[in-house]
Amino acid sequence: MNWLNSILILLVAFLAVFMESVFDGARNLLGAQIDLLPALMVYASLSSGLLTVTAVAVAGGLLFDTLSSNPLGISILPLFLPAYIIYVRRGLILREQFYAQIVLGLLASAFAPLLALLMLSVTKQSPVLGWDSVWQWIVMSVGGAILTPFCFWLFDGLNHALNYRPVVESSFRLDRQIKRGRQ
Amino acid sequence: MLKRPHLIALGLVVLLTLIVLNLPHHATNQIKLAIGSLFLPLFGLSKSSQQIIGHASDTLLPRSELLRQNEQLRRANQELQFRATQAEAVQRENDQFRALFGWQKQSLWKVRLASVIARDPANWWHIIRIDLGTRDGMRPDLPVITSAGLVGKISTVGLTDSQVVLIGNPDCKVAAIVEKPGERNGESGVITGVSSPLDNTLVTLSFLSSNSSLKPGEFVRTWGEGKIFPPGIPIGQVVEDSHLSELGYTEARVKLAADLGALEEVWVIIQ
Repeated sequence: MNWLNSILILLVAFLAVFMESVFDGARNLLGAQIDLLPALMVYASLSSGLLTVTAVAVAGGLLFDTLSSNPLGISILPLFLPAYIIYVRRGLILREQFYAQIVLGLLASAFAPLLALLMLSVTKQSPVLGWDSVWQWIVMSVGGAILTPFCFWLFDGLNHALNYRPVVESSFRLDRQIKRGRQ
Repeated sequence: MLKRPHLIALGLVVLLTLIVLNLPHHATNQIKLAIGSLFLPLFGLSKSSQQIIGHASDTLLPRSELLRQNEQLRRANQELQFRATQAEAVQRENDQFRALFGWQKQSLWKVRLASVIARDPANWWHIIRIDLGTRDGMRPDLPVITSAGLVGKISTVGLTDSQVVLIGNPDCKVAAIVEKPGERNGESGVITGVSSPLDNTLVTLSFLSSNSSLKPGEFVRTWGEGKIFPPGIPIGQVVEDSHLSELGYTEARVKLAADLGALEEVWVIIQ
């Protein structure tokens, strides 16, 4: 397991929650705050182990709920479930494809708030919802979709810069001479 | 086919979620405070960087512009001083009348200025976070205002910061009174929640008597019932004629006086 990658994902999750809370640019411009955590979960599920996926979902969810009025723990499952499904099926997903990243980001970012709201209604909370919530959901979904390839670009770049690159093993050896033809 | 570690991970996350969600309110508050303290250095950093940007923009302003602003502020200050003198005279007169009628003396609000340091990252709560906490004398239910009008009330308090639930949120119901021109007593009701599905600056004034008729432009202020909000704080203005709701009371839509989307500094009424 690549610990540096896991630590970087957790660090970015922490910073993402802080920035969502402090910077109002998207909220003022689009009327909704975009959530980076689902996009981060898509990246984690396609690039890390299950332990990292679980850790990011738990830590990210708890951090998000701490700065929010959400009941503590309500965001863990909405973050974990889409990432878990992607993780289980990741052998079938072309991780490097831009299209795949966008679609997975869109689905995860659309699913997470819906499940969170469903869980809030189950726990008898009364969030402020109206028709503008539909617009907010669209902004969150599309925003998450756009941010997902950015996550891949960011972390692949960081890994490239900070990690040793794996040595490519080849059957060809320089210290051996190949003689061809009959002797 | 799901492997065993996958199922264990899924089960553990579901179990953890259920445990955390079922923790007592006091315990979750403590955990939130503990986790929230991780963000405190970043909040401080963000505040100081904003101040640095502010100072930098001040130094970039030309001297002529600064002088113009200074002159403008001097005039505004003189005007406000003049109004304050007038208000003091009116206050004295008011106190004399109150003494004459044997009414209790009205005390002026004591306020503290707070900076808005964060907003709720979730889109479905109308909540902000301010930089005053228990060490600054904050406690739940203290009213929060701007110079324009009512903003909300403090909901939860940490050591160095507090959460403010904004007006329009169902958790912030406000007893309100509508000033009727030429009438001594206005119509009273309760601000219950956001009124327009697409505009959260419009709130609903409910529970008005069934024969109430409100007209656009009439001012709405806090009534003072419920003892949380002192009377007289501007809330907003009625934007359209009131109508009878299906439940038998009259409702009206009110445009909030304070711009809740652009809050940077607010006042907390501590007494």
